[in-house]
Amino acid sequence: MTYAWDWLIFFKPSVTGEGLYGWMLVRGLGWTLLISLLSWLFALALGTVLGTMRTLTNRWLAWPALLYVHCFRNTPLLVQLFLWFFVVPELLPPAWGTAIKQLAPTTGQFLTVVLCLSLYTAAKVAELVRAGIEALPPGQRAAGAAMGLTQVDVYRYVLLPQAFRTIVPPLTSDFMNVFKNSAVALTIGLMELTGQSRQLSEFSAQSFEAFTAATLIYMAVTYGVVLVMRHVERRARIPGMLGTASG
Amino acid sequence: MTYNFDWSSIARAWPYLLDGMGTTLFLVAVAMVLGVTFGTVLAILRLFGPRSVAMLAAGYVNFFRSIPLILTIFWFFFLVPLVVRAITGNPYFAVGPVYAAIAAFVLAESAYYCEIIRAGIGSVRAGQFQAARALGMTTAQALLYVVLPQAFRNMTPALINQTVALLKDTSLVYVISLNDFLGAAAKIGQRDGRQVEMFLFAAAVYLALCSLGTMGVHLLQRRGAPSRR
Repeated sequence: MTYAWDWLIFFKPSVTGEGLYGWMLVRGLGWTLLISLLSWLFALALGTVLGTMRTLTNRWLAWPALLYVHCFRNTPLLVQLFLWFFVVPELLPPAWGTAIKQLAPTTGQFLTVVLCLSLYTAAKVAELVRAGIEALPPGQRAAGAAMGLTQVDVYRYVLLPQAFRTIVPPLTSDFMNVFKNSAVALTIGLMELTGQSRQLSEFSAQSFEAFTAATLIYMAVTYGVVLVMRHVERRARIPGMLGTASG
Repeated sequence: MTYNFDWSSIARAWPYLLDGMGTTLFLVAVAMVLGVTFGTVLAILRLFGPRSVAMLAAGYVNFFRSIPLILTIFWFFFLVPLVVRAITGNPYFAVGPVYAAIAAFVLAESAYYCEIIRAGIGSVRAGQFQAARALGMTTAQALLYVVLPQAFRNMTPALINQTVALLKDTSLVYVISLNDFLGAAAKIGQRDGRQVEMFLFAAAVYLALCSLGTMGVHLLQRRGAPSRR
């Protein structure tokens, strides 16, 4: 059996009548980027709050954050997605559940994936932010307090800016993971890049071309993230800390 | 809240769920053992191999770290059969979801493990390696008897964390309809119209299993680093 290679398949009209096959990948990439970037923004915001809460001495703030991080880090992403998609609408008051189910399918799937991925990634960001704050010398906090700053101001002006600048390298790999994790969207029917490449392979029977294209696009996106974060890292590096010698 | 819970499907489907859990743990065990083995080889090649080999190993690791695991699973499930059919000329050859999943996990996880092991080897002081070489050991002996034992002690927490991540990742075989624990729970839930209960149950089981691993890491870390770096 010989495989008929056809790299021009992306420029041929699709059997669905929705333009060229290549458009399927472009639409998929659009969803992947939209889901990932939105989730990353929300995850950064929520993760910063949670990570900060974990470093506080107030037990009523630190414990809920610990519980959150533990639960969201120790269940599979796919299970969390199914909880949000299949379970939560049933447990909400019936009127809300019905309203959610009556959203346009794509809207509902999109919102669910963004919610799920944001909350999942926030737990990872929270751990990094906590580690970043705890790695600072204790004198920083004490000096801030001695200057008469309130606790909020100590975090806002002294601790968080320094913590963020030290956790840029590990944040890069979490940023990359958001793009990879967004592929789970296909399990609830949202056709992002991986889903579209599978559809393309089924519609056109050119499986190798379809999956190769998706693989190359993911590699390009990852490389783009690496480039952006390398730039951020260079800008954010704290003079006099490890790693500055080379920069 | 008007949802009426009914947990009896879990009790009735117990053997099926247990079977699914068996598949999950089998996948984890195979991917962990082979992943750590290949990961160690890759890490050594990256650190000590000739330049061209080191670059190849680095390319392999970066390749698998930059594409989603679901896509890797698709490669093995949909494309490898085509390749084998073309080579052997047998038009009915099929890989089957279990082997496709194992191949995808072993290759991808060995890339993830490689990075941890590389960091672990890097945490052993260079003098250890040099001293072993000065005593007349070959590079292989120095690595096997001096560097790797210390490296593995240092990186045990990271390895456990990665294995917990692997356990979570195995749920992705859902996309090729392999009956792992999540797949079994989803099927029973759909059959009985009890998705709410089944997914909550699955979440609780995964949470319990992964917590065991996370708690192990905490214990190890509280006991302090087992060896001085």
